[in-house]
Amino acid sequence: MSLGRIGAVVRKELRDFRRNRFLIGTMSVMPFVFLISPMITLFRIPASAPASLVNRSVGVTSLLLFVVPAVIPPIMAAYSVIGERDQGTLEPFLTTPIRREELLLAKALAVFIPSVTVAYGIYFVFAISVRFGATHVVSAAVWHAPQMLAQLAFTPLIAVWAIWVGIAMSVRARDVRVAQQLATLASLPALGVTTLITFQVITPSVPLAVGLALGLLVIDIAAWRLVSQLFDRERLITGARAQAARTVV
Amino acid sequence: MQRIVARPWFRRRRVGLGWRPVTWEGWLVTAVAVGLAIGDLAAVRGSGARVPIFILVLAAYVVVALVTGGAGAEPVVAEAGDERVVPAEPADALARRPVRRVPLALPGTPVLVVEHLTKQFGERVAVDDVSFAVAAGEVFGFLGPNGAGKTTTVRMLGTLIAPTSGSAVVAGVPLTPANGVEIRQRIAVMPENPGLYLRLTVTENLEFFAGLYGIEQPRDRLTAALEAVNLHTRANDLCGDLSKGLRQRVGLARALLNDPAVIFLDEPTSGLDPVATREVHGLIDSLRDRGVTVFLTTHRLEEAERLCDRVAILNTSLRTIGRTDELRDRLFHKRLMVTTAAQLPNAAQVFAGLPGVTGWQNSDSIGYELAVTDAKLAAPAVARALVAAGADILSLVEERHSLEDIYLELVDDDVEAHRR
Repeated sequence: MSLGRIGAVVRKELRDFRRNRFLIGTMSVMPFVFLISPMITLFRIPASAPASLVNRSVGVTSLLLFVVPAVIPPIMAAYSVIGERDQGTLEPFLTTPIRREELLLAKALAVFIPSVTVAYGIYFVFAISVRFGATHVVSAAVWHAPQMLAQLAFTPLIAVWAIWVGIAMSVRARDVRVAQQLATLASLPALGVTTLITFQVITPSVPLAVGLALGLLVIDIAAWRLVSQLFDRERLITGARAQAARTVV
Repeated sequence: MQRIVARPWFRRRRVGLGWRPVTWEGWLVTAVAVGLAIGDLAAVRGSGARVPIFILVLAAYVVVALVTGGAGAEPVVAEAGDERVVPAEPADALARRPVRRVPLALPGTPVLVVEHLTKQFGERVAVDDVSFAVAAGEVFGFLGPNGAGKTTTVRMLGTLIAPTSGSAVVAGVPLTPANGVEIRQRIAVMPENPGLYLRLTVTENLEFFAGLYGIEQPRDRLTAALEAVNLHTRANDLCGDLSKGLRQRVGLARALLNDPAVIFLDEPTSGLDPVATREVHGLIDSLRDRGVTVFLTTHRLEEAERLCDRVAILNTSLRTIGRTDELRDRLFHKRLMVTTAAQLPNAAQVFAGLPGVTGWQNSDSIGYELAVTDAKLAAPAVARALVAAGADILSLVEERHSLEDIYLELVDDDVEAHRR
């Protein structure tokens, strides 16, 4: 595993993202769409509101904030490999000494860095706004240490899962749009557990949070291995599945 | 003169006040500063006790923006006269750099050995039982009609796709799945479409590939590669702003970065205008002069004839291989074309028994085609015999067959059969 090669791909991807106006626009606007509505709801909750209302509203908002790391990364990740093929850069890229694990890890990192930065940034803006704009009961519910820790811990774990789903679609699909649509849908189950917790179907607790986090971590690592197995240079270049050589060459 | 300089993290705005981050380091510093400032403001929430920290953060940010004007890690090419210009590597570094050679790639020895290579996609055979060898330093032409298997062969040798059967040694390394990285480290492939990142500059594209090849100090290599393809003045242009010809040159510069033992050029002049084509030909000539082995696939027969030491003609299977003159000798009878001022009264007597002449026939009333074994031997004898017979010779030339004739002889029937 060469850190130099991984670094080269990450730098290139970030430069490319930075100059892609469509991507920048999507990444800038979409999170705010998710943020504005729940913030207005929270700002309108009076100080005398019952604790159950406050907790439910804060829970729904937290869920919406998890949409950012679940939805943005797969759109970017789904483009990462098939997008290279679309713009004709995949073949020269694959004729360099990069290994498939390096390529996939670098592509994943290049999506992870901006999407988690955006997700944390949005959460940061949200938390600060609540602190200054909402009543103290809402502020206390949001600035609750376990709540914040869960948000900080689950954001990257959900993002990584969504990224691997996106890349898996990217290495197998034949069309960018198909890959992006499938990736977005496939990443949504990650929100299921969060939804169950938010609506108190599952009672949140520290052991549950730690267990879920560890489970997601294991799934993320397994997903990397699985996606590595799905990566097939021949299929990506020719559209045909590689056949086992009849004679060893 | 272009020089490598370090890119500053911030640039002064052309309009308005302040600095603008221009590198990821600049953006990171900005993000940290903004984060600290907001965090500090959030923490005080009206107490005012920590506002000085906020001011300190802003002050530190301004200082960083000022100080990093000449620091940073991103090399770019800047105009001479720039105050931050640092001593550059010699411009002709690439030309003087000894071409890296793997142990088996000694001059004249095969750097590419292909034996019975076959590729099937399902039931369709794309490449069938192809064998050839290419010597180090050779410019080898790989010709064939569309769908002949040229690109598939290049992709197999470039480890992009696996052969169905057969074997090969590429740049001294056996072609096996386990050796893919090692082979790709020693070769360069330029596909028909150079495949550049259009939102990145020329330098950024080359930096990326230098990183993939693990080149530790890429700046001098980049400069040399750009000099080699005459692109140093366009180093900071976005690739999306370049013409197709210039993009091909960037592709060639990229192929030179890792000093490859073999460069595979797949239709490098496809779609180029005559001027750009001539430039690419010049670059291939310069590669030959530097001893680089070039594997050139092309449709352009005059290009192959002009550039290649040997050519192979492929139409799924290998139809022929050799030097152009060897192929000519192999495929066509040698002929002398004679034209006289008047018809010879007894041509059979004139041409009978001449050394090197094996037969003759009239091409028209005053023209004669003579089948010969060796034109250099036969031509003087024919001239003497004609003069002795009192004939006035208007012309006496050897019939030349172009590579196009050879190609058409070998491929045309297949293409016609395929169309039928």
